[in-house]
Amino acid sequence: MIKLLILSGKGGTGKTTVASAFIELSKGQAFADCDVDAPNLHLVISQLSEPAKTDYYGFGKAAIDQEKCIRCGLCEENCNFGAIKEFSIGEFECEGCGVCVEICPVQAITMIDHVSGDMMLYKNDGRVFSTAQLKMGSGASGKLVTAVKQQLTQEAPDSELAIIDGSPGIGCPVIASISGVDFVLIVAEPTISGMHDMKRIIETSKHFGVSSAVCINKFDVNEDTANEIESYCNGLSVPVIGRIPYDGTVVKAVNRCQSIACYPDSPAGKAIASIWDNIYNNYLRG
Amino acid sequence: MRIAVLSGKGGTGKTLVSVNLACAAEKAVYVDCDVEEPNGHLFLKPEITEKQSVTVTVPEMDMSKCTGCRKCVDFCKYNALALLKDKLMIFYEVCHSCGGCILFCPAKALSKKQREIGTIEAGLSDSVTVLTGCLNTGEVSGVPIIKGLMEKLPEQDTIVIDCPPGSACIVMESIREADYCVLVAEPTLFGSHNLAMVYDLVKLFNKPFGVVLNKCLPGDNPSEKFCKENKIAILAEIPYDEKLGTLNSKGLVAVRVSEQYREMFCKLLSKVAKEVL
Repeated sequence: MIKLLILSGKGGTGKTTVASAFIELSKGQAFADCDVDAPNLHLVISQLSEPAKTDYYGFGKAAIDQEKCIRCGLCEENCNFGAIKEFSIGEFECEGCGVCVEICPVQAITMIDHVSGDMMLYKNDGRVFSTAQLKMGSGASGKLVTAVKQQLTQEAPDSELAIIDGSPGIGCPVIASISGVDFVLIVAEPTISGMHDMKRIIETSKHFGVSSAVCINKFDVNEDTANEIESYCNGLSVPVIGRIPYDGTVVKAVNRCQSIACYPDSPAGKAIASIWDNIYNNYLRG
Repeated sequence: MRIAVLSGKGGTGKTLVSVNLACAAEKAVYVDCDVEEPNGHLFLKPEITEKQSVTVTVPEMDMSKCTGCRKCVDFCKYNALALLKDKLMIFYEVCHSCGGCILFCPAKALSKKQREIGTIEAGLSDSVTVLTGCLNTGEVSGVPIIKGLMEKLPEQDTIVIDCPPGSACIVMESIREADYCVLVAEPTLFGSHNLAMVYDLVKLFNKPFGVVLNKCLPGDNPSEKFCKENKIAILAEIPYDEKLGTLNSKGLVAVRVSEQYREMFCKLLSKVAKEVL
Protein backbone atom coordinates (compact mmCIF):
# COMPACT_ATOMS: atom_id res chain seq x y z
CA MET A 1 0.00 0.00 0.00
CA ILE A 2 1.39 3.37 -1.06
CA LYS A 3 0.67 5.93 1.65
CA LEU A 4 0.34 9.63 0.84
CA LEU A 5 0.24 11.97 3.83
CA ILE A 6 -0.97 15.58 3.64
CA LEU A 7 0.71 18.00 6.07
CA SER A 8 1.20 21.74 6.40
CA GLY A 9 2.96 22.83 9.59
CA LYS A 10 0.63 25.81 9.93
CA GLY A 11 -3.03 25.08 10.55
CA GLY A 12 -5.82 26.14 8.23
CA THR A 13 -3.81 26.14 5.02
CA GLY A 14 -6.14 23.62 3.38
CA LYS A 15 -4.96 20.08 4.26
CA THR A 16 -8.47 18.68 4.55
CA THR A 17 -9.66 20.54 1.44
CA VAL A 18 -6.85 18.95 -0.58
CA ALA A 19 -7.15 15.51 1.06
CA SER A 20 -10.92 15.28 0.55
CA ALA A 21 -10.55 16.29 -3.11
CA PHE A 22 -7.83 13.67 -3.68
CA ILE A 23 -10.08 11.02 -2.12
CA GLU A 24 -12.93 12.01 -4.42
CA LEU A 25 -10.71 12.24 -7.53
CA SER A 26 -8.89 8.97 -6.93
CA LYS A 27 -12.14 7.19 -6.00
CA GLY A 28 -10.04 6.31 -2.95
CA GLN A 29 -10.78 3.03 -1.26
CA ALA A 30 -8.62 3.60 1.81
CA PHE A 31 -8.18 6.84 3.70
CA ALA A 32 -7.60 8.16 7.18
CA ASP A 33 -7.78 11.34 9.23
CA CYS A 34 -4.81 11.53 11.58
CA ASP A 35 -5.72 14.97 12.91
CA VAL A 36 -7.09 13.24 16.01
CA ASP A 37 -7.06 16.53 17.90
CA ALA A 38 -9.53 18.21 15.54
CA PRO A 39 -10.71 15.73 12.91
CA ASN A 40 -12.75 17.28 10.10
CA LEU A 41 -12.36 15.01 7.09
CA HIS A 42 -15.54 13.05 7.90
CA LEU A 43 -17.55 16.25 7.47
CA VAL A 44 -16.85 16.42 3.74
CA ILE A 45 -16.77 12.78 2.66
CA SER A 46 -19.89 11.87 0.74
CA GLN A 47 -22.18 8.99 1.60
CA LEU A 48 -20.76 7.91 4.91
CA SER A 49 -22.75 5.58 7.08
CA GLU A 50 -22.46 5.49 10.87
CA PRO A 51 -18.96 4.54 12.02
CA ALA A 52 -18.11 1.59 14.23
CA LYS A 53 -16.71 3.14 17.42
CA THR A 54 -14.26 1.58 19.85
CA ASP A 55 -12.65 2.96 22.97
CA TYR A 56 -8.95 3.63 22.68
CA TYR A 57 -6.86 2.98 25.76
CA GLY A 58 -3.69 5.07 25.83
CA PHE A 59 -1.49 5.33 28.88
CA GLY A 60 -3.08 4.30 32.18
CA LYS A 61 -3.75 6.66 35.08
CA ALA A 62 -2.64 5.98 38.63
CA ALA A 63 -5.17 5.71 41.46
CA ILE A 64 -4.50 5.72 45.20
CA ASP A 65 -6.38 3.38 47.53
CA GLN A 66 -7.04 5.78 50.40
CA GLU A 67 -7.50 2.96 52.89
CA LYS A 68 -4.09 1.51 52.21
CA CYS A 69 -2.29 4.88 51.91
CA ILE A 70 -0.06 5.66 54.91
CA ARG A 71 0.47 9.32 53.89
CA CYS A 72 4.25 8.96 53.53
CA GLY A 73 4.43 11.37 50.59
CA LEU A 74 7.00 9.32 48.62
CA CYS A 75 4.76 9.28 45.54
CA GLU A 76 4.31 13.04 45.45
CA GLU A 77 8.02 13.58 46.00
CA ASN A 78 8.98 11.34 43.07
CA CYS A 79 6.29 12.31 40.55
CA ASN A 80 7.99 14.36 37.83
CA PHE A 81 4.67 15.54 36.42
CA GLY A 82 3.38 17.23 39.57
CA ALA A 83 0.33 14.99 39.31
CA ILE A 84 0.02 14.07 42.96
CA LYS A 85 -1.27 16.53 45.52
CA GLU A 86 -2.75 15.80 48.95
CA PHE A 87 -2.52 12.05 48.25
CA SER A 88 -4.73 12.22 45.22
CA ILE A 89 -3.91 11.96 41.50
CA GLY A 90 -4.71 14.68 38.98
CA GLU A 91 -6.31 13.03 35.96
CA PHE A 92 -4.93 15.53 33.47
CA GLU A 93 -1.43 15.72 34.91
CA CYS A 94 -0.82 11.97 35.27
CA GLU A 95 1.06 10.53 32.28
CA GLY A 96 0.80 6.95 33.47
CA CYS A 97 4.55 6.36 33.98
CA GLY A 98 4.09 4.09 37.00
CA VAL A 99 6.82 5.57 39.21
CA CYS A 100 4.32 6.06 42.07
CA VAL A 101 3.04 2.49 41.75
CA GLU A 102 6.57 1.14 42.01
CA ILE A 103 7.74 3.43 44.83
CA CYS A 104 4.75 3.10 47.17
CA PRO A 105 5.93 1.07 50.17
CA VAL A 106 2.47 -0.32 50.92
CA GLN A 107 1.21 -1.03 47.36
CA ALA A 108 -1.58 1.49 47.72
CA ILE A 109 -1.32 2.72 44.12
CA THR A 110 -2.47 0.88 41.02
CA MET A 111 -2.62 1.77 37.35
CA ILE A 112 -6.13 2.02 35.92
CA ASP A 113 -6.89 1.70 32.20
CA HIS A 114 -7.93 5.03 30.77
CA VAL A 115 -9.84 5.80 27.59
CA SER A 116 -7.92 8.53 25.80
CA GLY A 117 -9.94 8.63 22.61
CA ASP A 118 -12.62 7.17 20.34
CA MET A 119 -11.46 5.12 17.38
CA MET A 120 -13.83 5.27 14.42
CA LEU A 121 -14.08 3.04 11.39
CA TYR A 122 -16.35 3.76 8.43
CA LYS A 123 -16.90 1.03 5.85
CA ASN A 124 -19.08 1.72 2.82
CA ASP A 125 -19.16 -0.09 -0.51
CA GLY A 126 -15.64 -1.39 -0.08
CA ARG A 127 -14.31 1.99 1.06
CA VAL A 128 -12.45 2.07 4.37
CA PHE A 129 -12.06 5.28 6.35
CA SER A 130 -10.17 5.20 9.63
CA THR A 131 -10.19 8.11 12.08
CA ALA A 132 -10.33 8.95 15.77
CA GLN A 133 -11.13 11.72 18.20
CA LEU A 134 -8.76 12.37 21.06
CA LYS A 135 -10.33 12.92 24.45
CA MET A 136 -9.96 16.48 25.63
CA GLY A 137 -6.71 17.39 27.31
CA SER A 138 -5.24 13.98 26.58
CA GLY A 139 -1.54 13.46 25.98
CA ALA A 140 -1.74 10.29 23.92
CA SER A 141 -2.21 11.84 20.47
CA GLY A 142 0.85 10.14 18.95
CA LYS A 143 -0.24 6.69 20.08
CA LEU A 144 -3.76 7.31 18.82
CA VAL A 145 -2.45 8.36 15.40
CA THR A 146 -0.45 5.14 15.18
CA ALA A 147 -3.61 3.18 16.03
CA VAL A 148 -5.59 5.00 13.29
CA LYS A 149 -2.98 4.01 10.71
CA GLN A 150 -2.88 0.42 11.96
CA GLN A 151 -6.66 0.21 11.74
CA LEU A 152 -6.50 1.40 8.13
CA THR A 153 -3.89 -1.16 7.02
CA GLN A 154 -5.69 -3.94 8.84
CA GLU A 155 -9.07 -3.15 7.36
CA ALA A 156 -7.94 -2.38 3.81
CA PRO A 157 -4.98 -4.74 3.28
CA ASP A 158 -5.48 -4.99 -0.49
CA SER A 159 -5.82 -1.32 -1.25
CA GLU A 160 -3.00 0.00 -3.41
CA LEU A 161 -3.22 3.55 -2.23
CA ALA A 162 -4.02 5.26 1.05
CA ILE A 163 -4.62 8.99 1.45
CA ILE A 164 -3.99 10.32 4.94
CA ASP A 165 -4.98 13.75 6.24
CA GLY A 166 -2.51 14.95 8.87
CA SER A 167 -2.51 17.43 11.71
CA PRO A 168 -0.90 20.86 12.05
CA GLY A 169 2.36 21.39 13.89
CA ILE A 170 5.55 19.34 13.96
CA GLY A 171 5.13 17.50 17.27
CA CYS A 172 3.93 14.11 18.41
CA PRO A 173 0.84 13.48 16.23
CA VAL A 174 2.70 14.71 13.14
CA ILE A 175 5.77 12.59 13.84
CA ALA A 176 3.57 9.55 14.48
CA SER A 177 1.75 10.17 11.20
CA ILE A 178 4.99 10.49 9.16
CA SER A 179 6.34 7.15 10.30
CA GLY A 180 5.87 4.55 7.56
CA VAL A 181 4.37 6.78 4.85
CA ASP A 182 5.81 6.90 1.34
CA PHE A 183 5.30 10.52 0.43
CA VAL A 184 4.32 13.79 2.08
CA LEU A 185 2.46 16.58 0.29
CA ILE A 186 2.79 19.89 2.11
CA VAL A 187 0.03 22.45 1.65
CA ALA A 188 1.62 25.86 2.09
CA GLU A 189 0.05 29.30 2.05
CA PRO A 190 1.82 32.42 0.83
CA THR A 191 1.96 34.33 4.10
CA ILE A 192 4.91 35.07 6.30
CA SER A 193 3.61 32.51 8.83
CA GLY A 194 2.80 29.94 6.16
CA MET A 195 6.32 30.13 4.77
CA HIS A 196 7.96 29.96 8.21
CA ASP A 197 5.93 26.89 9.19
CA MET A 198 6.46 25.18 5.84
CA LYS A 199 10.22 25.36 6.37
CA ARG A 200 9.85 23.57 9.71
CA ILE A 201 7.64 20.81 8.32
CA ILE A 202 9.98 20.21 5.35
CA GLU A 203 12.80 19.89 7.87
CA THR A 204 10.73 17.50 9.98
CA SER A 205 9.86 15.16 7.10
CA LYS A 206 13.52 15.22 6.00
CA HIS A 207 14.52 14.35 9.57
CA PHE A 208 12.42 11.19 9.31
CA GLY A 209 13.62 10.37 5.80
CA VAL A 210 10.37 10.85 3.86
CA SER A 211 10.34 12.75 0.54
CA SER A 212 7.99 15.63 0.20
CA ALA A 213 6.52 18.01 -2.37
CA VAL A 214 4.75 21.33 -1.87
CA CYS A 215 1.60 22.86 -3.31
CA ILE A 216 0.73 26.50 -2.65
CA ASN A 217 -2.86 27.19 -1.65
CA LYS A 218 -4.46 30.64 -2.11
CA PHE A 219 -1.29 31.60 -4.01
CA ASP A 220 -2.87 34.80 -5.34
CA VAL A 221 -3.29 36.24 -1.82
CA ASN A 222 0.37 37.22 -2.09
CA GLU A 223 2.13 36.25 -5.29
CA ASP A 224 5.47 37.64 -4.16
CA THR A 225 5.51 35.31 -1.17
CA ALA A 226 4.30 32.44 -3.38
CA ASN A 227 7.33 33.04 -5.60
CA GLU A 228 9.56 33.17 -2.55
CA ILE A 229 8.19 29.81 -1.39
CA GLU A 230 8.89 28.37 -4.81
CA SER A 231 12.48 29.54 -4.93
CA TYR A 232 13.08 28.38 -1.35
CA CYS A 233 11.80 24.90 -2.29
CA ASN A 234 13.86 24.87 -5.50
CA GLY A 235 16.93 25.52 -3.39
CA LEU A 236 16.17 22.43 -1.32
CA SER A 237 15.17 20.36 -4.36
CA VAL A 238 11.68 19.97 -2.93
CA PRO A 239 9.35 20.07 -5.96
CA VAL A 240 6.51 22.61 -6.03
CA ILE A 241 3.80 20.72 -7.87
CA GLY A 242 1.04 23.23 -8.19
CA ARG A 243 -0.71 26.44 -7.19
CA ILE A 244 -4.32 26.74 -6.08
CA PRO A 245 -6.08 30.12 -6.39
CA TYR A 246 -8.23 31.66 -3.66
CA ASP A 247 -11.76 30.58 -4.50
CA GLY A 248 -14.96 31.27 -2.55
CA THR A 249 -16.33 27.95 -3.82
CA VAL A 250 -14.10 26.17 -1.27
CA VAL A 251 -15.97 27.65 1.70
CA LYS A 252 -19.29 27.09 -0.06
CA ALA A 253 -18.45 23.41 -0.64
CA VAL A 254 -17.34 22.85 2.98
CA ASN A 255 -20.51 24.43 4.32
CA ARG A 256 -22.51 22.04 2.15
CA CYS A 257 -20.50 19.08 3.49
CA GLN A 258 -18.91 18.55 0.09
CA SER A 259 -15.43 18.25 -1.29
CA ILE A 260 -14.24 20.94 -3.70
CA ALA A 261 -13.82 18.10 -6.23
CA CYS A 262 -17.63 18.13 -6.51
CA TYR A 263 -17.16 21.50 -8.28
CA PRO A 264 -14.80 20.45 -11.10
CA ASP A 265 -15.25 23.73 -13.00
CA SER A 266 -14.37 25.98 -10.08
CA PRO A 267 -10.86 27.52 -10.22
CA ALA A 268 -9.73 25.70 -7.06
CA GLY A 269 -11.36 22.44 -8.17
CA LYS A 270 -9.50 22.58 -11.50
CA ALA A 271 -6.17 23.37 -9.86
CA ILE A 272 -6.44 20.55 -7.32
CA ALA A 273 -7.41 18.06 -10.06
CA SER A 274 -4.27 18.89 -11.98
CA ILE A 275 -2.16 18.60 -8.81
CA TRP A 276 -3.67 15.17 -8.22
CA ASP A 277 -2.78 14.03 -11.76
CA ASN A 278 0.73 15.31 -11.27
CA ILE A 279 1.31 13.68 -7.89
CA TYR A 280 -0.32 10.39 -8.90
CA ASN A 281 1.52 10.00 -12.19
CA ASN A 282 4.90 11.32 -11.13
CA TYR A 283 5.32 10.44 -7.46
CA LEU A 284 2.97 7.65 -6.42
CA ARG A 285 2.67 5.29 -9.38
CA GLY A 286 5.35 2.68 -9.80
CA MET B 1 -5.17 40.08 33.39
CA ARG B 2 -4.23 36.89 31.55
CA ILE B 3 -6.05 36.28 28.28
CA ALA B 4 -5.61 33.00 26.41
CA VAL B 5 -6.49 32.94 22.71
CA LEU B 6 -7.37 29.54 21.31
CA SER B 7 -9.23 27.66 18.59
CA GLY B 8 -9.64 23.98 17.87
CA LYS B 9 -8.87 24.45 14.21
CA GLY B 10 -5.59 25.84 12.95
CA GLY B 11 -5.40 28.96 10.81
CA THR B 12 -8.50 30.66 12.20
CA GLY B 13 -6.58 33.75 13.32
CA LYS B 14 -5.31 33.06 16.84
CA THR B 15 -2.03 34.82 16.18
CA LEU B 16 -3.77 37.73 14.43
CA VAL B 17 -6.06 38.27 17.43
CA SER B 18 -3.32 37.72 20.05
CA VAL B 19 -0.76 40.00 18.46
CA ASN B 20 -3.27 42.78 17.87
CA LEU B 21 -4.72 42.52 21.37
CA ALA B 22 -1.24 42.84 22.83
CA CYS B 23 -0.47 45.84 20.62
CA ALA B 24 -3.79 47.50 21.49
CA ALA B 25 -2.84 47.51 25.19
CA GLU B 26 -0.72 50.29 26.62
CA LYS B 27 1.76 47.78 27.95
CA ALA B 28 1.48 44.05 27.43
CA VAL B 29 3.22 40.72 27.37
CA TYR B 30 2.65 38.50 24.34
CA VAL B 31 3.38 34.82 24.99
CA ASP B 32 3.66 32.41 22.06
CA CYS B 33 2.69 28.96 23.34
CA ASP B 34 2.28 27.54 19.84
CA VAL B 35 5.78 26.17 20.28
CA GLU B 36 5.56 23.80 17.30
CA GLU B 37 4.91 26.67 14.91
CA PRO B 38 5.45 29.98 16.72
CA ASN B 39 4.48 32.86 14.45
CA GLY B 40 3.89 35.90 16.66
CA HIS B 41 7.53 36.99 16.42
CA LEU B 42 7.16 37.29 12.64
CA PHE B 43 4.73 40.16 13.19
CA LEU B 44 6.11 41.73 16.36
CA LYS B 45 9.75 41.42 15.23
CA PRO B 46 11.04 41.83 18.79
CA GLU B 47 14.56 42.85 19.63
CA ILE B 48 15.79 39.75 21.45
CA THR B 49 17.11 40.48 24.91
CA GLU B 50 17.45 36.97 26.27
CA LYS B 51 17.57 33.44 24.90
CA GLN B 52 17.55 30.34 27.00
CA SER B 53 17.62 26.67 26.24
CA VAL B 54 14.80 24.44 27.52
CA THR B 55 15.97 21.05 28.62
CA VAL B 56 14.39 17.89 29.95
CA THR B 57 15.93 15.32 32.26
CA VAL B 58 16.69 12.04 30.52
CA PRO B 59 18.72 8.98 31.51
CA GLU B 60 22.38 8.55 30.70
CA MET B 61 23.90 5.14 31.07
CA ASP B 62 27.16 3.85 32.37
CA MET B 63 27.64 0.68 30.33
CA SER B 64 30.28 -0.60 32.74
CA LYS B 65 27.67 -0.78 35.50
CA CYS B 66 24.74 -2.19 33.46
CA THR B 67 24.07 -5.83 34.26
CA GLY B 68 21.46 -6.29 31.53
CA CYS B 69 18.74 -7.07 34.09
CA ARG B 70 16.03 -5.37 31.97
CA LYS B 71 14.42 -3.68 34.98
CA CYS B 72 14.40 -0.29 33.20
CA VAL B 73 13.21 -1.77 29.89
CA ASP B 74 10.31 -3.55 31.55
CA PHE B 75 9.43 -0.50 33.65
CA CYS B 76 9.33 2.13 30.89
CA LYS B 77 5.75 2.60 29.64
CA TYR B 78 6.92 4.61 26.67
CA ASN B 79 9.31 2.03 25.20
CA ALA B 80 12.15 4.49 25.47
CA LEU B 81 14.64 1.80 26.46
CA ALA B 82 15.52 -1.49 24.79
CA LEU B 83 18.09 -4.16 25.40
CA LEU B 84 19.59 -5.37 22.14
CA LYS B 85 22.24 -8.07 22.36
CA ASP B 86 23.02 -7.10 25.96
CA LYS B 87 23.43 -3.50 24.95
CA LEU B 88 21.04 -0.94 26.40
CA MET B 89 19.62 1.52 23.88
CA ILE B 90 17.86 4.75 24.84
CA PHE B 91 15.38 6.42 22.48
CA TYR B 92 15.40 9.98 23.73
CA GLU B 93 12.60 11.26 21.48
CA VAL B 94 9.97 9.13 23.21
CA CYS B 95 11.25 9.53 26.79
CA HIS B 96 8.71 11.31 29.01
CA SER B 97 11.28 12.21 31.68
CA CYS B 98 9.46 10.33 34.44
CA GLY B 99 12.79 9.33 35.97
CA GLY B 100 11.64 5.79 36.75
CA CYS B 101 14.54 4.02 35.03
CA ILE B 102 17.09 6.07 36.96
CA LEU B 103 15.23 5.60 40.23
CA PHE B 104 14.78 1.85 39.97
CA CYS B 105 18.01 0.63 38.33
CA PRO B 106 19.39 -1.85 40.87
CA ALA B 107 22.96 -1.34 39.62
CA LYS B 108 22.74 2.47 39.60
CA ALA B 109 23.89 2.36 35.99
CA LEU B 110 21.61 5.21 34.92
CA SER B 111 22.00 8.83 35.91
CA LYS B 112 20.34 12.15 35.02
CA LYS B 113 21.35 14.11 31.97
CA GLN B 114 19.91 17.32 30.52
CA ARG B 115 18.83 17.30 26.90
CA GLU B 116 17.73 20.38 24.92
CA ILE B 117 14.30 20.17 23.27
CA GLY B 118 13.77 23.82 22.43
CA THR B 119 14.28 27.44 23.38
CA ILE B 120 12.57 30.40 24.99
CA GLU B 121 13.35 33.87 23.66
CA ALA B 122 12.44 37.10 25.37
CA GLY B 123 12.37 40.39 23.51
CA LEU B 124 10.79 43.78 23.17
CA SER B 125 8.57 45.17 20.41
CA ASP B 126 7.69 48.79 21.29
CA SER B 127 5.67 48.46 24.50
CA VAL B 128 5.06 44.73 24.08
CA THR B 129 7.28 42.20 25.81
CA VAL B 130 7.46 39.12 23.61
CA LEU B 131 8.05 35.63 24.98
CA THR B 132 8.45 32.95 22.32
CA GLY B 133 8.69 29.23 22.91
CA CYS B 134 10.13 27.16 20.08
CA LEU B 135 10.32 23.37 19.87
CA ASN B 136 13.30 21.93 18.00
CA THR B 137 12.27 20.02 14.87
CA GLY B 138 12.11 16.26 15.39
CA GLU B 139 11.07 16.68 19.04
CA VAL B 140 7.77 15.25 20.19
CA SER B 141 6.43 17.33 23.07
CA GLY B 142 6.40 21.06 23.68
CA VAL B 143 4.79 20.79 27.12
CA PRO B 144 8.04 21.47 29.05
CA ILE B 145 8.55 24.66 27.00
CA ILE B 146 5.03 25.87 27.78
CA LYS B 147 5.62 25.17 31.47
CA GLY B 148 8.82 27.22 31.21
CA LEU B 149 6.94 30.10 29.59
CA MET B 150 4.27 30.04 32.32
CA GLU B 151 6.95 30.43 34.98
CA LYS B 152 8.09 33.63 33.32
CA LEU B 153 4.74 35.44 33.37
CA PRO B 154 4.78 38.62 35.43
CA GLU B 155 2.04 39.16 38.01
CA GLN B 156 0.72 42.42 36.59
CA ASP B 157 0.31 43.71 33.06
CA THR B 158 -1.96 42.56 30.32
CA ILE B 159 -0.79 39.13 29.25
CA VAL B 160 -1.93 37.59 25.98
CA ILE B 161 -1.28 33.88 25.54
CA ASP B 162 -1.30 32.63 21.94
CA CYS B 163 -2.22 28.92 22.20
CA PRO B 164 -1.50 25.99 19.89
CA PRO B 165 -4.41 24.59 17.85
CA GLY B 166 -6.41 21.58 19.04
CA SER B 167 -7.56 20.60 22.50
CA ALA B 168 -4.84 18.18 23.62
CA CYS B 169 -2.42 18.39 26.54
CA ILE B 170 -0.42 21.30 25.11
CA VAL B 171 -3.54 23.50 24.87
CA MET B 172 -4.60 22.58 28.38
CA GLU B 173 -1.16 23.56 29.64
CA SER B 174 -1.43 26.91 27.82
CA ILE B 175 -4.80 27.94 29.29
CA ARG B 176 -4.10 26.74 32.82
CA GLU B 177 -3.00 30.20 34.05
CA ALA B 178 -5.56 32.21 32.07
CA ASP B 179 -8.25 34.41 33.63
CA TYR B 180 -10.20 34.56 30.40
CA CYS B 181 -10.29 32.64 27.12
CA VAL B 182 -10.94 34.13 23.70
CA LEU B 183 -12.05 31.48 21.20
CA VAL B 184 -11.40 32.38 17.56
CA ALA B 185 -13.62 30.72 14.95
CA GLU B 186 -13.96 30.95 11.19
CA PRO B 187 -17.27 30.80 9.32
CA THR B 188 -17.11 27.24 8.05
CA LEU B 189 -18.43 23.88 9.13
CA PHE B 190 -14.85 22.95 10.03
CA GLY B 191 -14.65 26.10 12.12
CA SER B 192 -17.84 25.42 14.08
CA HIS B 193 -17.00 21.75 14.54
CA ASN B 194 -13.66 22.64 16.13
CA LEU B 195 -15.14 25.57 18.05
CA ALA B 196 -17.44 23.05 19.76
CA MET B 197 -14.36 21.16 20.96
CA VAL B 198 -12.61 24.11 22.58
CA TYR B 199 -15.95 25.24 23.98
CA ASP B 200 -16.07 21.93 25.87
CA LEU B 201 -12.48 22.42 26.99
CA VAL B 202 -12.96 25.90 28.49
CA LYS B 203 -16.16 24.77 30.16
CA LEU B 204 -14.35 21.80 31.67
CA PHE B 205 -11.73 24.13 33.12
CA ASN B 206 -14.33 26.63 34.27
CA LYS B 207 -12.75 29.51 32.40
CA PRO B 208 -14.85 32.54 31.49
CA PHE B 209 -14.80 32.92 27.71
CA GLY B 210 -16.17 34.62 24.62
CA VAL B 211 -15.88 34.14 20.87
CA VAL B 212 -14.31 36.24 18.13
CA LEU B 213 -15.67 35.40 14.69
CA ASN B 214 -12.98 35.88 12.07
CA LYS B 215 -13.04 36.08 8.26
CA CYS B 216 -16.77 36.83 8.31
CA LEU B 217 -18.44 36.88 4.90
CA PRO B 218 -22.05 37.65 4.05
CA GLY B 219 -24.14 34.49 4.11
CA ASP B 220 -24.13 31.43 6.34
CA ASN B 221 -21.84 31.38 9.35
CA PRO B 222 -21.98 27.98 11.08
CA SER B 223 -19.80 29.28 13.94
CA GLU B 224 -22.15 32.20 14.61
CA LYS B 225 -25.04 29.75 14.61
CA PHE B 226 -23.24 27.58 17.14
CA CYS B 227 -22.70 30.60 19.42
CA LYS B 228 -26.34 31.60 19.25
CA GLU B 229 -27.57 28.07 19.91
CA ASN B 230 -25.34 27.77 22.95
CA LYS B 231 -25.81 31.37 24.13
CA ILE B 232 -22.11 32.17 23.86
CA ALA B 233 -21.06 35.83 23.91
CA ILE B 234 -19.71 37.05 20.58
CA LEU B 235 -17.02 39.59 21.46
CA ALA B 236 -16.20 40.78 17.95
CA GLU B 237 -16.74 40.01 14.30
CA ILE B 238 -13.75 40.58 12.07
CA PRO B 239 -14.82 40.81 8.43
CA TYR B 240 -13.07 38.96 5.65
CA ASP B 241 -11.01 41.85 4.39
CA GLU B 242 -8.46 41.58 1.62
CA LYS B 243 -6.60 44.56 3.04
CA LEU B 244 -6.20 42.77 6.37
CA GLY B 245 -5.18 39.59 4.56
CA THR B 246 -2.48 41.46 2.68
CA LEU B 247 -1.19 43.20 5.84
CA ASN B 248 -1.11 39.84 7.55
CA SER B 249 0.62 38.02 4.72
CA LYS B 250 3.35 40.68 4.83
CA GLY B 251 3.84 40.34 8.56
CA LEU B 252 2.47 43.76 9.52
CA VAL B 253 0.48 44.35 12.71
CA ALA B 254 -2.95 45.74 11.75
CA VAL B 255 -3.32 47.75 14.97
CA ARG B 256 -0.03 49.53 14.26
CA VAL B 257 -0.87 50.55 10.70
CA SER B 258 -4.64 50.93 10.56
CA GLU B 259 -6.83 53.23 12.66
CA GLN B 260 -9.87 51.08 11.88
CA TYR B 261 -8.27 47.97 13.34
CA ARG B 262 -6.75 49.85 16.27
CA GLU B 263 -10.25 50.89 17.23
CA MET B 264 -11.62 47.37 16.78
CA PHE B 265 -9.00 45.68 18.95
CA CYS B 266 -9.05 48.40 21.65
CA LYS B 267 -12.77 47.80 21.90
CA LEU B 268 -12.24 44.05 22.11
CA LEU B 269 -9.59 44.46 24.79
CA SER B 270 -11.78 46.68 26.95
CA LYS B 271 -14.68 44.24 26.52
CA VAL B 272 -12.48 41.40 27.77
CA ALA B 273 -11.13 43.56 30.62
CA LYS B 274 -14.68 44.24 31.78
CA GLU B 275 -15.47 40.53 31.72
CA VAL B 276 -12.41 39.71 33.82
CA LEU B 277 -13.21 42.26 36.53
